[in-house]
Amino acid sequence: MLVLLGVLVVVIGFATRRNPLLVVGVAGIATGLLGGLSPQKVLAAFGTGFASSRAVTIFVITLPVIGLLERYGLQEQARRLITRFAGLTTGRFLALYLLLRQITAALGLVSVFGHAQTVRPLAAPMAEGAAERRHGPLPDATREKVRSFAASADNVGLFFGEDVFLAVGSILLITGFVNTTYHTHLEPLQLALWAIPTALCALAIHGWRLLRLDRALAGGDAGAGAREVLDRKATK
Amino acid sequence: MIKAEWFYWLVGGIFLVMAAQMLTDRSNPKRLGTAAFWGLLGLGFVYSTWVVDKSAPPEPLGAAVLVMVCLAGFGFTGRGKARTTTPEQRVASARRFGGKLFVPALTIPAVALICAVGVKKLSLGGEPVLQKGSETILGLGIGSLVALAVGMVMLRERRITVPVHAGRSMLEAMGWAMLLPQLLATLGSIFSVAGVGDQVRRITTAVLPEGSVLIAVVVYCVGMFLFTVVMGNGFAAFPVMTAAVGWPVLVEQAHGNASAVLAVGMLAGFCGTLVTPMAANYNVVPAALLELKDQYGPIKAQLPTAVALLGCNIVIMAAFAF
Repeated sequence: MLVLLGVLVVVIGFATRRNPLLVVGVAGIATGLLGGLSPQKVLAAFGTGFASSRAVTIFVITLPVIGLLERYGLQEQARRLITRFAGLTTGRFLALYLLLRQITAALGLVSVFGHAQTVRPLAAPMAEGAAERRHGPLPDATREKVRSFAASADNVGLFFGEDVFLAVGSILLITGFVNTTYHTHLEPLQLALWAIPTALCALAIHGWRLLRLDRALAGGDAGAGAREVLDRKATK
Repeated sequence: MIKAEWFYWLVGGIFLVMAAQMLTDRSNPKRLGTAAFWGLLGLGFVYSTWVVDKSAPPEPLGAAVLVMVCLAGFGFTGRGKARTTTPEQRVASARRFGGKLFVPALTIPAVALICAVGVKKLSLGGEPVLQKGSETILGLGIGSLVALAVGMVMLRERRITVPVHAGRSMLEAMGWAMLLPQLLATLGSIFSVAGVGDQVRRITTAVLPEGSVLIAVVVYCVGMFLFTVVMGNGFAAFPVMTAAVGWPVLVEQAHGNASAVLAVGMLAGFCGTLVTPMAANYNVVPAALLELKDQYGPIKAQLPTAVALLGCNIVIMAAFAF
């Protein structure tokens, strides 16, 4: 039972908003020692864990070129581009992004989109640009909301798209674990097919919430809401 | 054969060059601690190569990781003033280059796509061109280098220090969040070695009443969700919850369709990933990348979707798996 203290450390640490690095570091050391590992083994666990998980940090390699392009106005150009499509509101644009992210992930193309390579330089400024066209300069809280939803569209699309693809890590983990532990034979194709109902629910639920975002943005001031109605009439 | 290690070395090299720049950056009041943090991170990336192939001991790397945790955790790192263009200059530059600016940006996904679909199948002299199993990483790495070359030529930017500096200010903005995903992977392996999974299994089996399939479905899905929240990823939760409830109760006792139970159970875990700061690379790093004041912004945007989808998963499993 004592090893569960590590879980408790994590929960309390996040609840009291301590620095997450310290929380995780302390939880790791405490769990390791309580679980009967020697201090040397705990150090070794931190070392091997770092070495074998470098893939999650590989996105750093995109930062220099993204930074270079931003210096030359990539985000501003993304904002300008979106204003040319009058019917593309923030919500509709992000719903479209969600759909694209989910389809590409379902085809196994998980690195084609991502927070560093597409959300920060393209999707977030476009979503903001669409909101600014309708509602004028955005207050800080609204801007944060639009950006947060841009990040959420990427995550939801990825998580509930990738499992429809056969050779993705989670599907292989399921077949690997079950086939070796229970001496049975599960086909990746069957698992991937069973991911489809949830994928459709994810698209419907989050897509709907993204579309509703337009209404929340319009709710900020009545004038903007009226403008939106006029815009909609004009585009039809 | 193009190997993933080459790109880890390149990333390590980028960290080291940036650390050297940070060391001389007088606009950063904490430049020593900052340079030490990123320098150690860069060295760690390179040293890891030998830890992975077991020709070097992992303990020194573990000690370095803990030093990094302390440096960032106790606030010894900071950020310098970014030397960059003003908003007005950017608008003018956007007007000047127009849609051409998208070309290098779209080069990254385009090359990643080509690598994932085409180059993956190529082999040269009997060896695959891309290291097997690392195609996505390699696609992203190669795409970024090609995009950088295209961008430098297109923008007529000759100084390689410009993109390095621009990338550095983003890294400084991310700060400690950069290390968190890798640290969490470590926590996961320590949890499993120390037997946290066994304890959770024992508790779950103890609270689970006999005989009701619906309750077992709820316990499996909610358990996947909660354990994923604590561990930061569904992969760690899956073996624990499946060994406790998924396989023995839902598949063996209740004769559920194994593929349906396990696939949907994993997706219930993914709902947990949407709401936990422990999944730093999906939730905390993007908040830093998007320069949000509220580091829980993405989680707040995802919370209602995650809860609704958890409900969907329970309904799908209960309705179709039995």
